[in-house]
Amino acid sequence: MSLKVRRFLIFAAIVSTVVFSAFINENSKNNSSPTAKSEATASEGTQNEKFNPGVMIMEHVLDAHEWHITQFGDYPVVLPLPVILYDQGKFVCFMSSKFEHGTKSYLGYKIEEAAGPNNGKIVRALENGETDKAAKLPFDFSITKTVFAMLLSLVIMCLVFISVARTYRKHPNQPPKGLQSLLEPVILFVRDDIAKPSIGADRYARFMPFLLTVFFFILTNNIMGVIPIFPGGANVTGNIAVTMTLAVFTFIITSFSTDKHYWRHLVDMPGVPIWLKLPIPIMPFVEIFGVFIKPVVLMIRLFANITGGHIIILGFVSLIFIFGEKNVWLTGIAGPFSFLFMIFVYCLELLVAFLQAYVFTLLSALYFGMAKVGSHH
Amino acid sequence: MLTTMLQATMDLAPFAKLGAGIGAGLAAIGGGIGISGIGRGAMEAIARQPEAIGEIRSNMILAAALVEGVAFFAIVVCLLVLFI
Repeated sequence: MSLKVRRFLIFAAIVSTVVFSAFINENSKNNSSPTAKSEATASEGTQNEKFNPGVMIMEHVLDAHEWHITQFGDYPVVLPLPVILYDQGKFVCFMSSKFEHGTKSYLGYKIEEAAGPNNGKIVRALENGETDKAAKLPFDFSITKTVFAMLLSLVIMCLVFISVARTYRKHPNQPPKGLQSLLEPVILFVRDDIAKPSIGADRYARFMPFLLTVFFFILTNNIMGVIPIFPGGANVTGNIAVTMTLAVFTFIITSFSTDKHYWRHLVDMPGVPIWLKLPIPIMPFVEIFGVFIKPVVLMIRLFANITGGHIIILGFVSLIFIFGEKNVWLTGIAGPFSFLFMIFVYCLELLVAFLQAYVFTLLSALYFGMAKVGSHH
Repeated sequence: MLTTMLQATMDLAPFAKLGAGIGAGLAAIGGGIGISGIGRGAMEAIARQPEAIGEIRSNMILAAALVEGVAFFAIVVCLLVLFI
């Protein structure tokens, strides 16, 4: 075999081993209802519980107070994360390992495991371990999985961009090499194809820091979300609170970069016949509604795209285990198909990662550009 | 009156799941029709003017992302029905 083919096979073997070990060990998580023995054979190891794909997918997509990496037999490999609560006027900090995966209470707090609106959140607990239903929930400032992954991607972004900026400052007017040559076309793409046409060549420079930050933040977090092993695999941009924050930033910047004609045109837009504005203000209602709907749409688009992609990837992997529980020989048929489909969806996820970053940035730039309306249109 | 009788005698949660499933399917159909229209327009435009293929491709991808956004709103609503 040639050297290239050998290297590729070794790489594929390592990647598939890592990916499948990370997913296989999910099966033995302690679900809230330990059910009957499964019919599967040794393909899942020493587990007694049926494989529950819904629970596994939800655990990957939602937030948690600890980072569950993998499991060796019965011993889970978990990264505990700090829990920071503000309750009754004082801060309480401890590591989430004290919760022992949600089974114990500590210092009067525990993770609620009963179904209901507080499921998975930290609530006050009484002495005997029951939930104190009368108490309000504490303010939860914990470093959860999503926050930790976001900080990681921020560290990566800072390292990359500060080093590139330093190279530009120390050696100006030199051809780019290395990391610079990777980032320069992308940054110029954001400037020339997103900012300048949408905002106008005269005032785009003020918005460039925000547009570049938002583009690379979304891109980095999207890509880290699809990497299956630690430190990737946390669903940052698929968390609606994160996308809501980004959309709120766009909304604030749009509102602050307007001229007075913008507000006038919201209720009295030119070129619209008078019967749409008075006596029933249809168009003003639509326009004012649109001011708030546009950032909300940005938020939902990014959240739904990324979370949906994660769910589909995890669903295809679950197919293998669902078939395996019926009959282990079915994995011979289901396995390759599911694996190939999963690879296809992974490539689609990469495309979606870039695309969603591009669309978010482009629409933000368009809103900034439309905020400054001239007096005569 | 029929609905109150129905609610008294049976739990309507399975119907909610049925509705969510049908809604997701309809969202997929809508998204498919929308994006196929965009693709058709893009193919015809490229056939008419092959040198503009770069511009056409980026505009097509942008329009496809926006249309898919709309399909995703329907998916989010169906997920809300399933889990809330």
